[in-house]
Amino acid sequence: MVCIEDFGTFETAWCPGCGNFAILEAMKKALVASGLAPRDVLFVSGIGQAAKAPHYLNANVFNGLHGRALPAATGAKLANPRLTVIAESGDGCTYGEGGNHFLAAVRRNINLTLVVHDNQVYGLTKGQASPTSEQGFVTKTQPHGVFSAPFNPVAVAVAMHAGFVARGFSGEIEALAGLIAQGIAHPGFALVDVLQPCVSFNKVNTFSWYRKRCAPLPPEYDPTDWDAAVHTAAEWGERIPVGVIYRNDRPCFESHFPVLDTRPPAYGSVDRDALREIIKAMG
Amino acid sequence: MEKSVTILIGGEAGQGLLTVGQILSKALVRSGYHIVVTQDYMSRIRGGHNTFVVRASASPIHAPREGADILIAFDARSVNEHIRNLNDGGIIVMDAEEQADCQGFACLRVPAASLGKPALFNIMAAGIAGALLGLDDGLLEKCLREEVGDSLQEGGEALRAGSTWARETGVSRSLPPPSPDTPRIMVNGNEALALGAMAGGLRFASFYPMTPGTSVMLALLSHADRMGLIVEQAEDEIAAVNMALGASFAGAPALVATSGGGFALMAEGVSLAGMTETPIVIIVAQRPGPATGLPTRTEQGDLNFVLHAGHGEFPRALLAPGSPEQCFKLAARALRLAEQSQGPVFILTDQFLADSCRAVEPFDPGSVQPVHPRESCPADETGYARYAFTESGVSPRALPGFGANLVVADSDEHTEDGHITENLAVRARMVEKRLRKSDILRKECIRPVCLGDEDPDILLVCWGSTLGAAREAAAELSSRAIKAATLHFSQVWPLVPEGFLPLLERSRKVVIVEGNATGQFARLLRRECGFVPHARVSRYDGLPLTPEYILRELVDEGIV
Ligand SMILES: Cc1ncc(C[n+]2csc(CCOP(=O)(O)OP(=O)(O)O)c2C)c(N)n1
Ligand code: SF4
Ligand SMILES: [Mg+2]
Repeated sequence: MVCIEDFGTFETAWCPGCGNFAILEAMKKALVASGLAPRDVLFVSGIGQAAKAPHYLNANVFNGLHGRALPAATGAKLANPRLTVIAESGDGCTYGEGGNHFLAAVRRNINLTLVVHDNQVYGLTKGQASPTSEQGFVTKTQPHGVFSAPFNPVAVAVAMHAGFVARGFSGEIEALAGLIAQGIAHPGFALVDVLQPCVSFNKVNTFSWYRKRCAPLPPEYDPTDWDAAVHTAAEWGERIPVGVIYRNDRPCFESHFPVLDTRPPAYGSVDRDALREIIKAMG
Repeated sequence: MEKSVTILIGGEAGQGLLTVGQILSKALVRSGYHIVVTQDYMSRIRGGHNTFVVRASASPIHAPREGADILIAFDARSVNEHIRNLNDGGIIVMDAEEQADCQGFACLRVPAASLGKPALFNIMAAGIAGALLGLDDGLLEKCLREEVGDSLQEGGEALRAGSTWARETGVSRSLPPPSPDTPRIMVNGNEALALGAMAGGLRFASFYPMTPGTSVMLALLSHADRMGLIVEQAEDEIAAVNMALGASFAGAPALVATSGGGFALMAEGVSLAGMTETPIVIIVAQRPGPATGLPTRTEQGDLNFVLHAGHGEFPRALLAPGSPEQCFKLAARALRLAEQSQGPVFILTDQFLADSCRAVEPFDPGSVQPVHPRESCPADETGYARYAFTESGVSPRALPGFGANLVVADSDEHTEDGHITENLAVRARMVEKRLRKSDILRKECIRPVCLGDEDPDILLVCWGSTLGAAREAAAELSSRAIKAATLHFSQVWPLVPEGFLPLLERSRKVVIVEGNATGQFARLLRRECGFVPHARVSRYDGLPLTPEYILRELVDEGIV
């Protein structure tokens, strides 16, 4: 039996009061609830405060470059689909530097879980606007406030028929752990966008700001109803819906490659006879 | 020079000259001849002017020649543009409907409309060229079927109509009979790289299409299902390289292939491979730059770029095959070196070699030792540390999910167990650890190969795809009683001067031959061993180096 202690406790580089702590806690709970031991899991992250999270629990980790968690995670998953792969990073890393990879991962529907610590700001680089920052958000690099419209990752993912789309709030650890666990269980691409206060650089979207707005979806909500999900995903204002907003059962990317079932790349070896025949046929 | 025949096929894109070229090349190889193919095509799908040149010989040949013996012209423009390339006794083959001045050369005006469907001129032309060369009709038909499939029933008729008509003209340009020999296969450089990589243990490849790198992936894809490879077209080159690194980290030997512009986007991945100590093979098929440059032509202009790409300091190796045989061997070797040094290994090729079909003895997958990262995983241990300090700098590499060792890799500076650190003493030791792996690459470095006179008056130094042209130029000099030799580098980094400096110093005149304007390899040699050559031959107009070009330049430089 896996227990939460198996994932250890580490000293972190986060600011006291940061929402990241709660996400880390929820992650461990989700892993335990999923029955996953540290050796079964590979975390792939990018760069940012959020991207440090995998360093603070016991697991396999590939902490790659800013923006590139998803491509590295995709490669690792295709090499060894027997690993549970979780990509974890910030809003800037995932939707800014890595925006194209986000769209591609949704399209592929590769079976991995993407957990985004969405604090609507660039934390590690000290408070510049991120793609999810609201219009008018003033920072040192956006002194007149952000001019661009914010990116709504949940709405985009739903619009693209992503396999599993959830929004969580770091203030609700148990609920968040449940969302992550469902994302892990989902056999395809799963996005869990987690609203997270940044106490140091986001003085607008604070803990109480989120607390006031984040509203769980009602029990009768049907996440398989795409039209309803499009509306729900777009909701952002006095009420911000949290929970599983959309899910479908599109076949996952890996299902198109029979070899991933029988002899995944990390397990395989060269079939010299087959290669000899291929070469001979070129004569 | 050897007795060889060069067939130049010219026409617009979309007229089917590639089909003729492939059929003829294949039939020549099956008949036992050696070939060197040069493809010169414009970056467009229809129209323009393209050529497919096959040089064939009964004895081994290594380079293209500028002169042509048979010119198959799909349009008048091809006659006008290439008649100056025709050797004495050259033959022109063209549709009788086209108007062009053949300037006294023998000209076979093909009554295509009366021989069959004029749209099948290309296949008639294959029959005609085959007949001129003395190739067997049945063999040509077989090659035709393999090229276009069985569906084209009229194809065989057009081919036979062409060859019968050509025989009736009495004109011929047959090759000497080939010496009975082992059977050969026809491959180009990129196909050979793909085969070598598969033999070497490749399990994963990712790419974003870019000529002339794409055809490595096409070759892999055509065998991927059978060989159990995963080949994925990524959303961009940045994704391609990061995907390959993720795959390699998880235990699948991986490569990417691209050209200079795509490689520019991959530079961050080179550095990531260096820092995370993840094996990866990066094939850069060069084409002329800067920027988009000449997308379908050739150059050796990215040596400096590839040598220096990626921020920070870490070891790397650059291989530069000079023939399809070397492509096969070096692709497998690159995978092994990447595994041994746990870092990036490059293969520099270019459009000329990528597209140049040759006749080679069938590669033997048993001649290379494939990599199996899983088999060298360390046993489970408490406190396994991915980046443990070792004497060689290489730390035992566990793979995630194979055993209880937890593998933590990091692009930040890290401790031995892979976690982020800002301990500057650890930082310094990690730098030293990573750089110690250079010794492995130096020890495994392939020495340059000298062909020709061991004590030459003229030494032609070359790297990568220019091997054949330099070699034939040197042979031509030798035939004029000049003591000449070629020194070919199939590895351009790291360089180990002890292996070649004595030869450079004792050669009376050293000429560096390379396909770029600024003499990148010449400068590298100077930087690494202080050697300054007597002259340089450089080409940067987008076309491959030829023996004739080199000899002309040697005359211009006053070397001969
Ligand atoms: C290629 C590259 N560009 C820029 C940076 C600098 N950088 C590091 S983290 C970061 C933003 C992080 O924001 P986010 O992903 O939202 O993470 P957070 O710190 O807010 O958790 C940036 C711009 C980098 N490391 N690499
Ligand atoms: S900067 Fe913001 S997001 Fe980063 S640790 Fe501090 S509070 Fe958290
Ligand atoms: Mg952020």
